[in-house]
Amino acid sequence: MDSSEESHAGASAQAVRHAPWPGPADSPAGATESRVALRVNGFSHTTEVDHRTTLLDLLRERLALTGSKKGCDHGQCGACTVLVDGRRVNSCLLLAVAQDGAEVVTVEGLADLAGEDGDLHPLQRAFLDRDAFQCGYCTPGQLCSAVGMLEEARAGAPSAVTDPQQGLGSAVRLTGEEIRERLSGNLCRCGAYPHIVEAVRDVIA
Amino acid sequence: MKPVSYVRARSVEEATAAHAGRGEARYLGGGTNLVDLMKLGVERPEVLVDITRLPLDQVEEQPDGALRLGATVRNSDLAAHPLLRDRYPVVSQAVLSGASGQLRNVATTGGNLLQRTRCAYFQDVSKPCNKRVPGSGCAALDGVNHDHAVLGHSPHCVATHPSDLAVALAAVDAVVELAGPGGGRAVPVTDFLRLPEDVPERDTVISHGELITAVVLPPLPPGSVSRYRKARERASYAFALASVAAVLRLEDGVVSHLGLAFGGLAHRPWRARRAEAALLGARPTPEAVARALDAELAEAVPLRDNAYKVSLARDLAAQVLGSLTATA
Ligand SMILES: Cc1cc2nc3c(=O)[nH]c(=O)nc-3n(C[C@H](O)[C@H](O)[C@H](O)COP(=O)(O)OP(=O)(O)OC[C@H]3O[C@@H](n4cnc5c(N)ncnc54)[C@H](O)[C@@H]3O)c2cc1C
Ligand code: SF4
Ligand code: FES
Ligand code: FES
Repeated sequence: MDSSEESHAGASAQAVRHAPWPGPADSPAGATESRVALRVNGFSHTTEVDHRTTLLDLLRERLALTGSKKGCDHGQCGACTVLVDGRRVNSCLLLAVAQDGAEVVTVEGLADLAGEDGDLHPLQRAFLDRDAFQCGYCTPGQLCSAVGMLEEARAGAPSAVTDPQQGLGSAVRLTGEEIRERLSGNLCRCGAYPHIVEAVRDVIA
Repeated sequence: MKPVSYVRARSVEEATAAHAGRGEARYLGGGTNLVDLMKLGVERPEVLVDITRLPLDQVEEQPDGALRLGATVRNSDLAAHPLLRDRYPVVSQAVLSGASGQLRNVATTGGNLLQRTRCAYFQDVSKPCNKRVPGSGCAALDGVNHDHAVLGHSPHCVATHPSDLAVALAAVDAVVELAGPGGGRAVPVTDFLRLPEDVPERDTVISHGELITAVVLPPLPPGSVSRYRKARERASYAFALASVAAVLRLEDGVVSHLGLAFGGLAHRPWRARRAEAALLGARPTPEAVARALDAELAEAVPLRDNAYKVSLARDLAAQVLGSLTATA
């Protein structure tokens, strides 16, 4: 793998979407592979990808970041959720080539995101404290999804259950109903939902 | 999946030129439907033209008060936009009722309108499907058709359009703006999405290579209220069995404007013109609403498994119109 790595300590997942990345040019007409540059958990990677490669497969198969899970591979379960430029997304439906220039945070990078070196992200700690999993397969996706969701609510983004009267732009108060609706894109076959909701409540309390 | 080349378009002209250029091309929006269908072997493009870096990612107010939604605005940004939430609550609610937070963060306005049906036979390349392979037959006609159409279907295809956003757009008389190699045009969303007739492979009237650049929402009548409601098999993160989008204006207790559209019932959002005509100029009493909805749904021809949709849609619409009447 053609991958150059350098450390970007303290890189923030909240970086805004980059303008077209200044590096790689479009691949020559008809090519089925391109070079993409990504920053993953603060490390830069430049690598040649087949255009069919999803971000999930790139993370797991090429960068050995196997925290993000493949549940359905069709956007239906949320196990592959990561943060791209600070937004939670299903990495199984994103083509890696189209993410050129993006800043990606996976479950392996959540602790750094929280800033405390070596320690867990408060939400990871809350998942442990609340026993918010059984087999753990859905957990990396639940964690990344919840981190993205908390930021969305802070920024005032409504959900399907948000009161329309709620002030435009002000942070949304996360009731249990709000948390359940906003995390509905993450399925848990073990049914750990009640504890997941409690863990999320712990970090907003 | 077969190997595919990739072009990152930097302008609308570059995008349409690249699409027309070489091989079977598809525009890549968020990819949440296209990539899914490529994995299933339903879509087999040779060229992907990535349009997500085009300058079409803004929601802009027009001088005439209309709101122009750029084709690449992400669904979550659209739903959260203050002008949309303030003036077109029905559109914001429809977007938020669809898919999941992760998917809405990626899905685009244009891609949402052009998403393909969720008919299970369409997604399974081992089954006959006229929409996927014209002339091969329709496996849903005598198959499991619980999720399928009750209105406007043909013996060639009984699929429904899956988008929630499109239903709200139909109720507010939105207009789709297109750019193509031969120039631009604008088409009302209710004409843009089509019924299957004997060409079920065509979901819309878009020409090959045309690009959606924006969707324009005309100003709603002052004082109107609007709402979206959706029924599905679980509380969230599921497609509509039936849904209703409505825009209502009352003057002196009498209906002076009504835009009513059903989702989940047909190959396109079903604009309920007959019910609208029956209620215009009338007091929307529960009896009048029931009569109008029955007149609209009298046309329904349910399939073996989906007669439930007719009463479900009627009850949803009655509830939505009742709640809007109470606040109007
Ligand atoms: C698990 C799951 C659940 C879902 N639930 C719902 C739901 O409840 N309600 C709902 O409404 N939707 C739902 N969706 C569908 C989702 O909303 C669509 O996949 C999404 O809106 C498509 O947008 P996109 O930008 O990703 O489109 P893409 O996948 O990029 O494109 C879709 C199609 O449109 C074409 N295209 C894209 N943009 C343009 C353009 N500007 N001009 C011309 N052609 C273009 C592409 O070539 C492709 O053919 C769900 C999806 C999944 C995976
Ligand atoms: S209903 Fe339409 S999409 Fe489904 S199998 Fe029949 S032809 Fe294909
Ligand atoms: S693996 Fe991506 S949503 Fe299931
Ligand atoms: S803990 Fe097993 S799937 Fe969620």
